[in-house]
Amino acid sequence: MKLAEIKQNIASDPAVIRFGPSKSIFDLELRDLWLQRELLYFLILRDIKIRYKQTLLGMGWAILQPFLTMIIFTAIFGVFVKVPSNGQPYPIFAYSALLPWNLFAQGVARGATGLVDNAQLITKVFFPRLILPLAAVIAPAVDFGIAFAFLLGMMAWYRLTPTIGLLWLPLFIGLAWLTALAVSLWLAAINVRYRDVRHAIPFLLQAWMYASPVAYPLSIVPERWQGLYGLNPMVTVIEGFRWALLGGPAPSPSLVIPALVLVVVLLGTGLLFFKRMEQTFADVI
Amino acid sequence: MSRLAIRVEGLSKRYRIGRFQGRTPSGCGQGDDRWIWALRDISFEVREGEILGIVGRNGAGKTTLLKILSRITRPTTGFVELRGRVGSLLEVGTGFHPELTGRENIYMNGAILGMRKSEIDRKFDEIVAFAEVEPFIDTPVKRYSSGMAVRLAFAVAAHLEPEILLVDEVLAVGDARFQKKCLNKMEDVGQHGRTVLFVSHNMPTINRLCPRSLLIDGVLLMDGPSPEIVSAYLNSGQNTAAAREWPDPALAPGGQVARLRAVRVRGRDGRIADTVDIREPVGLEMEFDVLKPGYVLLPHYHVFSEAGALAFEAVDTDPAWRRRPRPVGRYRSTAWVPGNFMGEGMMYVEAALITLEPVITQFWERNVVAFQVLDPAEGDSARGDWMGRMEAAVRPLLHWETQFEPVAEPLGIREG
Repeated sequence: MKLAEIKQNIASDPAVIRFGPSKSIFDLELRDLWLQRELLYFLILRDIKIRYKQTLLGMGWAILQPFLTMIIFTAIFGVFVKVPSNGQPYPIFAYSALLPWNLFAQGVARGATGLVDNAQLITKVFFPRLILPLAAVIAPAVDFGIAFAFLLGMMAWYRLTPTIGLLWLPLFIGLAWLTALAVSLWLAAINVRYRDVRHAIPFLLQAWMYASPVAYPLSIVPERWQGLYGLNPMVTVIEGFRWALLGGPAPSPSLVIPALVLVVVLLGTGLLFFKRMEQTFADVI
Repeated sequence: MSRLAIRVEGLSKRYRIGRFQGRTPSGCGQGDDRWIWALRDISFEVREGEILGIVGRNGAGKTTLLKILSRITRPTTGFVELRGRVGSLLEVGTGFHPELTGRENIYMNGAILGMRKSEIDRKFDEIVAFAEVEPFIDTPVKRYSSGMAVRLAFAVAAHLEPEILLVDEVLAVGDARFQKKCLNKMEDVGQHGRTVLFVSHNMPTINRLCPRSLLIDGVLLMDGPSPEIVSAYLNSGQNTAAAREWPDPALAPGGQVARLRAVRVRGRDGRIADTVDIREPVGLEMEFDVLKPGYVLLPHYHVFSEAGALAFEAVDTDPAWRRRPRPVGRYRSTAWVPGNFMGEGMMYVEAALITLEPVITQFWERNVVAFQVLDPAEGDSARGDWMGRMEAAVRPLLHWETQFEPVAEPLGIREG
């Protein structure tokens, strides 16, 4: 075979990958992502396994963290301030919001620093970098699952039965995930270059929580601010989660639609930004 | 004739150096940034089943080339075409987590290196046996001795079987017996029709494993049969060989009084050693001819670490020839560097000789020989039980003392 022929061969063979200085940021490398799905699985598993290593309470922390926050909220907002709680017992009201909130907040906290925390991997091995924020966002699902089981127990204690709206629950959990992923993609890519992100995150999350109806109901937000307030996708997530589980006021389309649009935009631009920055991760990190 | 597995064309990589990137938003992308080319216009092709060696001095761009081929970083210009699954071993134990057990780390590390779970399942017993850690497989790796952890990491890497394997100097850790085991495993991989790119400073290994090699120094200097490449490299002045000789006196460096004929690195057994155990003494041998009688000579060495730091200097203090004019003849002076003294990594030697009264430099050869110092991490070196980075150019094993007095009450309480 002549050399030219061989060259022809290698160029046209579908098993051959070709790469140069830059690639299209619209190519999400879904094929690579799919091929390396097991790596995603192992990274999530690693996250889960090491999270509570060498702790006394182990997975108990997954229940305890939202539970203790709930107690504090109940004392301050439920007893002292007497915030309305849609007619539900305040502890349930707060706990049912803390679950999706923690799912989101943990996802963002881990996702945003996930690239830098795994700098060693990024500079030594190739894999689709998207795997890191994905793993970080999915891993808190285990904590969520445990805390959720505890919530069902609490509801039984208060003799509350879940409504048929329960079937909507996965939708709102999914939205919490997508929001966390979108925010993580932006922050993670920025964090590679500017480590300021790590320091900004605790504050960002705290502010974001108070801008979400975790400790109080949506109804106490003044009418004229509700449009702006509703742009926070976590409002839809939390209101929807409560409604699906406990009944009460359903989130209105005027709340849900802008939130969905915003998440889609944030996620789309986040992916593009991530893919653009990704090309220099290994050089800059 | 087999198909092409790798085609590289016009590959260049430029890095920004000099200062920390992106420290302030305003300082990004302009100002006093300097750029260096790590690689320029590299082109070559590799056929399926070939084992290709890559040779070059430190900083020649070997690792950058592997990083581009494994898609960790992007080239600045040019392109790469690869046929088949690529596995890269730029480091051993990437992704190892001390809190996870040996078993969990095998799966984690395997997945990171690109192995399928089913593949790891299949090879699991083999990996454990290879690493010789069977009894501890369900113990967290943080409880392993450092040697065990290294062996486990190697074992996973050694069982990686992609179509194209890119290997950086990773085999240069661990004890000699285990290293040999890994090399044999690599040879096996080559015989199974896989394509291997192998970066090494170890010339005998390159000659043994790779029929063909590339010599690079930012650019591709040579591409050909390994024996030719290796000898070109060793004679290029940028070599890192453990021995260097000047058989032709006309070409040997020297002045009117003395002329250098050879410099060699010898192990304790007297053999030329390009790799030495950190715990063992190393002999730096200098062979020179004295052409004119009646001068007091001072042979000496400067030894540099891989990072370019001057690790130590040594001046001939042999009482037999100290302050004594030397007659004409051939001399062979050996300085013995004690074990447990130098740091890990490549050490580069400068050999020099001056006459005293008057002080005249007869020869001063930079980077004349080099050798690699390895710490097998078995717990009895200055590393102790620490397995992480140690950066100093020297690593003396010091005598440590501890004084301890039991205190009935915790300090400070009495004062309030």
